[in-house]
Amino acid sequence: MTTLHTYDAVVVGAGGAGLRAALEASKSVRTCVISKLYPTRSHTGAAQGGMCAALGNVEEDYPEWHAFDTIKGGDYLVDQPAAIVMTEEAIDAVIELEHWGFPFNRTLRGRIDQRRFGGHTRNHGEAPVRRACYAADRTGHMILQTLYQQCIRTDVRFFNEFYVLDLILSGDGRCAGVVAYELANGEIHVFRAKAVLFATGGFGKIFKVTSNAHTLTGDGLAVCYRRGVPLEDMEFFQFHPTGIYKMGILISEAVRGEGGILINAEGERFMERYAPTIKDLAPRDMVSRAIYQEIKEGRGIDGKDYVYLDVRHLDPEVIEKKIPDVTEFARIYLGVEPTREPVPIQPTAHYGMGGIPTDTDARVVVGSEERAIPGLYAAGECACVSVHGANRLGTNSLLDIVVFGRRGGGHMAAFAASEAFPDLPERPEAETVEMLRHLLKGPNLELAADSMSDLCGVIRSEDGLRQLQGVLAGLRDRFRLVGVQDRGRLFNTELMEAVELGFLLDVADTVVAAARTRDESRGGHYREDHPLRDDDHWLVHSLAYRDADGSVRMEYKDVKLGPYIPMERKY
Amino acid sequence: MAHPDLWPETPHEGPEDLELWEEGPPREPGAGPRAEGPPAAGEVRLTLKIRRYNPAVRPDAWWDEFAVNMHPTDRLLDALHEVKWFHDGTLALRRSCAHGVCGSDAMLIDGRNALACKVLVKDVAPKVTVEPIRGLRVIKDLVVDMEPFFEGYKRVLPFLINDEDPPDRERLQTPQERERYDDTTKCILCAACTTSCPIFWGDGEYIGPAAIVNAHRFVFDSRDRGARDRLDILADRTGVFRCRTTFNCTEACPRGIKVTKAIQEVKRAIMFDRL
Repeated sequence: MTTLHTYDAVVVGAGGAGLRAALEASKSVRTCVISKLYPTRSHTGAAQGGMCAALGNVEEDYPEWHAFDTIKGGDYLVDQPAAIVMTEEAIDAVIELEHWGFPFNRTLRGRIDQRRFGGHTRNHGEAPVRRACYAADRTGHMILQTLYQQCIRTDVRFFNEFYVLDLILSGDGRCAGVVAYELANGEIHVFRAKAVLFATGGFGKIFKVTSNAHTLTGDGLAVCYRRGVPLEDMEFFQFHPTGIYKMGILISEAVRGEGGILINAEGERFMERYAPTIKDLAPRDMVSRAIYQEIKEGRGIDGKDYVYLDVRHLDPEVIEKKIPDVTEFARIYLGVEPTREPVPIQPTAHYGMGGIPTDTDARVVVGSEERAIPGLYAAGECACVSVHGANRLGTNSLLDIVVFGRRGGGHMAAFAASEAFPDLPERPEAETVEMLRHLLKGPNLELAADSMSDLCGVIRSEDGLRQLQGVLAGLRDRFRLVGVQDRGRLFNTELMEAVELGFLLDVADTVVAAARTRDESRGGHYREDHPLRDDDHWLVHSLAYRDADGSVRMEYKDVKLGPYIPMERKY
Repeated sequence: MAHPDLWPETPHEGPEDLELWEEGPPREPGAGPRAEGPPAAGEVRLTLKIRRYNPAVRPDAWWDEFAVNMHPTDRLLDALHEVKWFHDGTLALRRSCAHGVCGSDAMLIDGRNALACKVLVKDVAPKVTVEPIRGLRVIKDLVVDMEPFFEGYKRVLPFLINDEDPPDRERLQTPQERERYDDTTKCILCAACTTSCPIFWGDGEYIGPAAIVNAHRFVFDSRDRGARDRLDILADRTGVFRCRTTFNCTEACPRGIKVTKAIQEVKRAIMFDRL
């Protein structure tokens, strides 16, 4: 039995982008949020360090400086008009959160306090600037809580533990809704809608060592990709320098913002060599590569593949008040007492800069001509606006979700208010049912992918990526045979994990294909066989399309430049 | 904008060939465990005794045991994944972030509420008992119905109430005023506190520690003007005065929130306001 629902606007995902979009859209049109988790479980809640905005509360700062840092940090692959929109709207976004009750840390005079973060500088790179607004080291947690609280206040309709498994397009190419699976009882739901906004977050689970939640399986990207939407700039994935050794759990950049430093086996503060001006607060891609270089040259701790994050010289009260959670992670998971011992860290797969291509109103746009699919929107990590370009600066993801969540929610509401419902195709749930049936009937096989981290990680090469495509093809062959052991309709998480595995394989295909094609190094994409940036050929966004036979086809579109001329990236 | 009646949800029989589920008995769970050899160097053997429930299989709950080889510093959640991925795919549990910030995987672990991702194998080996949290209806295995928990949370008006026109910039708040409610902002709504409370188990009416924590977070926020409404809600017979200060909630909180202290502060706020 299928249940049919009708809403003007459907938001898929209940992290920061989804909740912010829903708050905006539900002001004027009938809106619902569909989430595979309870909203407060979303991974926005794991973000730690801060949200940047040029408030200038503790030192001189301007949105224009913030825009420059964002564009330079993204290695000039950023669409400059989008970065300018984001950094100009950042101040209002922070103030709005404060008015909604967000518990920012405060200055002595009662204003929102601000601190340093990687890549954020005063006056175009002179020195680090205090720009990140924060709530201890649980800024993302407080954003998620604050937005969810507002959703309760305004009575937003939620469908929790519903998995969106397909996008419905009408015959004339409009977005007409989504198909969802209800985890509690195994029922299929068709949501008819005038507008759908995907805000399903990241896809870090394509990597073995990642800071991402188990549930970050690229669902929204894969669902759109399978329906012909390209994925933009998928080769750009951020490896955060300070993951807990072997586990990948994140130690916030705020630790370095508060004065923590990285040291190698010789006790040397090695970032002084790689980024003489801002040292340990260089952008994440540079710090991660520096750590790899240290390890490669034999200066990893005990000759192994990790270095130390050191906070022993910090005032214990700073540790207690400003970075309590991350020090607790070190205590629990490593048994290390950070006030007395350095913390073993290594880069961890953290954030996908690429995603579903959108404009600054979060409308999904396809092709080099950027043709909008009417009624289809995306925001947050699953989208690519592109404000992060080839490497995202710390704190800009929390800013991205509230700014573009709001813009997308507003635009979709206006669109829905002026349009009629598109026609639903016949039997819109048929392909979803077929996919699930296949997984329920197949034999029970194990699948595991660990090659991504090795061959498509911080350092990449043609040979490795070619080899990886072979590995992925083999996994895809095996995936065709996958079936689940649980054949019951009740809370069948095994069935959904199998579906998610299929999503991950599709997303991984696009990442590897895009990385193999781009034979230059830029931001988070480093090719040891092509170590230099090549603006003559590669100042373009990649678009990965799914061909009818399932293979990836690459196309490209121009980067939207602006006031800032690409120059060499030094810090 | 809530218009629940405008477009009612319409269940309809889809075409028969689109029915997903076939009738008939599901496959018996617990089948086909992977053979585990002795633990490799650096590994330990962990036996998980798990309380199972699946009304489609058996009417009553039962116990299953699984032995897995793990690293001592693995999380209990990793061991549960080992069971689910390699021994019994029907095992149902909730999890997401796997490092104690999302609040999905609260369970009764060796008789105490905790997050499975914050308990390490070395602290429970060689044997651990895992059950669903108490006081909420079990849906399947370790998964309980969270709706009554979230309904309690929503009853305390868990959002900033202030109808005054805000300034153009931020409202001011001193570090001391901010510190006053800091502890209760840490709540991740995992339900470990509420489902450790004997009063909550005993009757279906007590609103429970987590809801009070979230009321506290706003009652003591200098920017909020809704304290009176919340305290009225918490003063009634389902509210704070059911608390018998057993401190289970404080011990259970994976975020280290001083839950019992927060409840006492709310009680005092009600009494001073009233008396």
